[in-house]
Amino acid sequence: MLKFTEDHEWLNVVDGIATVGITTHAVEQLGDLVFVDLPETGATLARNDAAATVESVKAASDVYCPLDGEVVEVNEAIRNDPSLVNADPQAGGWFFKLKLANAADAEALMDEAAYLALVG
Amino acid sequence: MDDTTTPLKKTPLTALNIELGGKMVGFAGYDMPVQFPEGVMKEHLHTRAKAGLFDVSHMGQVILRPKSGKLEEAALALERLVPVDILGLKPGRQRYALFTDAKGGILDDLMVANRGDHLFVVVNAACKEQDLAHMRANLSVLCDVVELTDRALVALQGPAAESALAALAPEVADMAFMDVRGVSILGVDCIVSRSGYSGEDGYEVSVPEAKAVEFVRSLLANPDVHPIGLGARDSLRLEAGLCLYGNDIDTGTTPVAAALEWAVQKVRRSGGARAGGFPGADVILAEFDRGAPRRRVGIAPEGRAPIRGGAALYRDETSTEVVGQITSGGFGPTAEAPVAMGYVETGLSSVGTRLFAELRGKRLPVAVAALPFISPRYKR
Repeated sequence: MLKFTEDHEWLNVVDGIATVGITTHAVEQLGDLVFVDLPETGATLARNDAAATVESVKAASDVYCPLDGEVVEVNEAIRNDPSLVNADPQAGGWFFKLKLANAADAEALMDEAAYLALVG
Repeated sequence: MDDTTTPLKKTPLTALNIELGGKMVGFAGYDMPVQFPEGVMKEHLHTRAKAGLFDVSHMGQVILRPKSGKLEEAALALERLVPVDILGLKPGRQRYALFTDAKGGILDDLMVANRGDHLFVVVNAACKEQDLAHMRANLSVLCDVVELTDRALVALQGPAAESALAALAPEVADMAFMDVRGVSILGVDCIVSRSGYSGEDGYEVSVPEAKAVEFVRSLLANPDVHPIGLGARDSLRLEAGLCLYGNDIDTGTTPVAAALEWAVQKVRRSGGARAGGFPGADVILAEFDRGAPRRRVGIAPEGRAPIRGGAALYRDETSTEVVGQITSGGFGPTAEAPVAMGYVETGLSSVGTRLFAELRGKRLPVAVAALPFISPRYKR
């Protein structure tokens, strides 16, 4: 189940685990990323908590946690090479995996068609 | 509608910047491109590899013309506002200067050129009105202070700048760093200086508004020349260790604290033939002798995280005593690392001193670093 937030995160939920990243649209707005700060594995986050930080040459931006849950894995590859996020934001450039507190919460989020309509 | 919002001013190149895909933002009251479709990273790297073209028409261009016809009178009048040797500036030469205030703080930084029968001054956009008022209030007895409002200012920076501009005006190839000349380009009189604010060789060209778009299109027809936005202008000047007024220097910083001693020639220092005689001279000249309590330095974060302006600096990971502050910081695309500058207590200003910057609640190790972060390629 692929879902999106108004803060330009995507999450792909499989068996209660959401893989979270930032959208192609977000990456186009941010430009070339030079640094990614990821949450710690094991961290418990609430919806809208600042979960990660991305930095372009010009500015820093927060990545928010889309739903309540526990971080069970982070993508070390993007920490070492932030350009992977620019190259493949909605697959290989994922940020972290979140074990959702309530898997059903994801159903209320936007689907891809609704998100694409939002960003026009 | 918010009727208190003043509409952004346009430069002679605003429409072209938009046509070129510039992402426009308000900067110092002007509608300016922060980046073009290439993006900040590639624009920065392209400028250092080939040539970048910048619209800097928002900056103030001002002529100081001596009423007596004697340039020395204008030079000596301006020396009352800046701790800089203007009288000794030869015709066809330009130098960096600072307007100081009575407390020794910096009101603005500027470029001053000797154009033979007048001085040509370029000031920051954000300080333009205040600088004009300051010059009119203090110089009008001896000089006509005339803002040039009908000219664009274009910076062309990078190793290919010379060949690109020389294709339109071959004589510019003979100019050395900080030379200034009147040059006919596309049939109009331009003021060309071999200078810029990127750490690269290059030029700044004051071109009449009516020819500005044609001039820029002629340069952009050269594949070596790309349009560059304010984002890369900032990362280029930061790597080059150059101050941004309002961030790295302001009325709370003095020339000595800002490590700008080189801008104050010996003739204006204690013991010089024209020592003092500028606002704040007592404070500034005393700091030449005794040093300032804090000093501007380069700051190199040890990790990969950029540390930006405003971050506090500490002696160690736990101390609550702030010993400095970052004033500009970001990622240096050429340095391939985060780069920053800021102020630290003078006792902590030696290159290599390890400090900690606070970022998002964490203390990250940084080191005081030599400026600039790149090797400048000015054509001396």
